[in-house]
Amino acid sequence: MKLIEAIVKPFKLDEVKDALLEIGIQGMTVTEVKGFGRQKGHKETYRGQEYTIEFVPKVKIEVAVNDGQVQRVLETITRAAKTGSIGDGKIFVRELTSAVRIRTGETGESAL
Amino acid sequence: MKASAQRKTVIVGMAAGLILLTGLWGEQAWADTTPLKVDSGDTAWVLVSSAFVLAMLMPGLALFYGGLVRTKNVLGTIMQSIMILSVVSLLWILFGYSLAFGPDKGGVIGGLDWIGLSGVGSQPHPIYAPTIPHQAFMLFQLMFAAIAPALITGAFAERKRFTSAVLFGALWSVLVYVPLAHWIWGGGWLAQMGALDFAGGAVIHISSGAAALVCAIVLGKRRGYGTDYMAPHNLPMTLLGAGFLWFGWFGFNGGSALGANGIAVSAILATHAAACMGAISWCGAEWVHRGKPTVLGVASGAVAGLATVTPAAGYISPLSAIGIGLVAGMCCYAAIVWKGRFGYDDSLDVVGIHGVGGVIGVLATGLCASKVVNPGGADGLFAGSAGFFGVQVLVVIVTAGFTLVATFAILKLVDALTGLRVSSEEEATGLDLSQHNERAYS
Repeated sequence: MKLIEAIVKPFKLDEVKDALLEIGIQGMTVTEVKGFGRQKGHKETYRGQEYTIEFVPKVKIEVAVNDGQVQRVLETITRAAKTGSIGDGKIFVRELTSAVRIRTGETGESAL
Repeated sequence: MKASAQRKTVIVGMAAGLILLTGLWGEQAWADTTPLKVDSGDTAWVLVSSAFVLAMLMPGLALFYGGLVRTKNVLGTIMQSIMILSVVSLLWILFGYSLAFGPDKGGVIGGLDWIGLSGVGSQPHPIYAPTIPHQAFMLFQLMFAAIAPALITGAFAERKRFTSAVLFGALWSVLVYVPLAHWIWGGGWLAQMGALDFAGGAVIHISSGAAALVCAIVLGKRRGYGTDYMAPHNLPMTLLGAGFLWFGWFGFNGGSALGANGIAVSAILATHAAACMGAISWCGAEWVHRGKPTVLGVASGAVAGLATVTPAAGYISPLSAIGIGLVAGMCCYAAIVWKGRFGYDDSLDVVGIHGVGGVIGVLATGLCASKVVNPGGADGLFAGSAGFFGVQVLVVIVTAGFTLVATFAILKLVDALTGLRVSSEEEATGLDLSQHNERAYS
C-alpha cells in the first residue's frame, strides 16, 4: 500500500477531487498548508510597513491506495492539478505499512 | 505587596468619599439669576451627540484598534477601551468635571465646587451652554474626557499590562486631560488669551499624540518588531471601527456647537469634507509612494482628516476644510512613513495621526478661522489677524510640552505601582490569554 501526498494550488482542489472520484478513489484527507518551491511569495503593506510573505498557501491531499493504483492516481492528480505556471506543486509517494477501517476493524487493502 | 495595598487604600478612600458626598449632596440653587430657558432642540442634539461620541469610543475605537493588532491581542485591546471608558466616566462625574470646568481658580484649575456634580443640575450654565441643562453639557464633555486616554492605548498596544493601562488612563485623565480642558475650555489661562479649540484638536489630539510618543519610547518596542509578521489580523473590523469614528465625529464636532443651529451644520459639513479629502489625499500619497492604494490607508486618511479639522470645524468654510483634509492626508501619511526612521514603536500610529493632525489642525485654525463663518469665533491669519495665530502656536507648544512632561512622570509612577509591560512570555502568548484568560476566536 502507498500513501500519496499531493501538494497543489488551493483552487485546484475541487478539480483534483472530482478526477480522483472518477477513477474510483473513495476517500481522501485534505489539509491547508503553506510552502514554497520556486514560486515567489508576495508583498503586503500596512501603514508604511512592508512585509514580504515567502510562504504561499497550498492544499495537501492525502490518498491511501493499493500498489496497483499508484501510477493511475499520480497521472490523474498531475493532469487535474496542472496549470503550467510555477507553483503547481509536487506529489510524494510514501510506503504505507498498514491501515485499519475503524468501524469494522478490517485491515490491509480492504481497509482502503 | 506594596502596590496592591496602595490600590486597596485608593479604592476604599474613593468609596468612602462617594458615600459622604451622596449624603451631603442636595439641590443647590444658582445665585439670584433668573432661570435660563432650556431649548429642547439644542438639548436633544447635545444628548444625541453625546451618544455619537460614546459610539466613537465603543465600538468605534475599540474595533478600529482591535482589527489592527494580532489575533492573540484583540480582546486585550478592546478591553482597555471599555475599562478606560468606565473608569474615567466615574472619575469625571465624581470630581473630574468640577476640576476641568468648575469656577476658575487662578486660570489654572476649576476647583472642587462641583464635586459629585453638586450644583450641576438641569439649569443651564450661562456661559458654557445657556440653552441646555448643565448636566447635558457635562455629559457631552464626559465622552471627550473618556476618549482622550483611550486613544493613547494605541501607542502601547500588544504589550501593556491591563492593570497598568487602566491605572495610567485614570491618572492621565485627571492629571493631564483635566488641566488642559480647563486651560482651553474651562475658562483657564489659554482661553482667557483667546485660544480656540472647537472640539478638541489640542485638548484631545495633541495631548493624546504627545502622550503616545512618550509611552512608545518609555515602554519600548514590541518583541520581534521589525522582523516578525505583525500585520493587522482583521482589517474589516478596523474598517467597521473607522465607520463608527466617521459617523460619531458628526457628534464630536457637530455637538461642540452646543446647539442645533447653523454652527453645528457648518461644523459637520467641515468635518465630512475634511474626512473625504483626507481619505483621498492619503490614498493618493500612498499610491504614488508605494504603488498601490490600500483600504487601511483610506481609513487612516479619513481619520487624519477628521482629527485635523476638529479644532477648526466650527470656525471655517467648507473650502478651508477641504484644504485641511488635503494637507492632513499627506502630512500624516508622511509622518507614518518617517516613524520608521525615528525608531519608536507607536504600534497604532497615534502620534502620526492624532499628534501630527492635532498640531496641524490647531495651527490651521489660526490660519483659516473666520468671523464671517462664526461671529463667536475669531479671524485667523488669512482673514488678516496675526494675533490669534500666535495664540494658537502657544496652544500647540503648551499642550505638547505639558503633556510630554506630565505623561513621563505618570508613567514612572505607574511603573512603580504596577509595572508597565507584560513579561516577554505573556507578550508571546498574547494579551487575551495572559491578561484575561480568553481567546477571541475558537
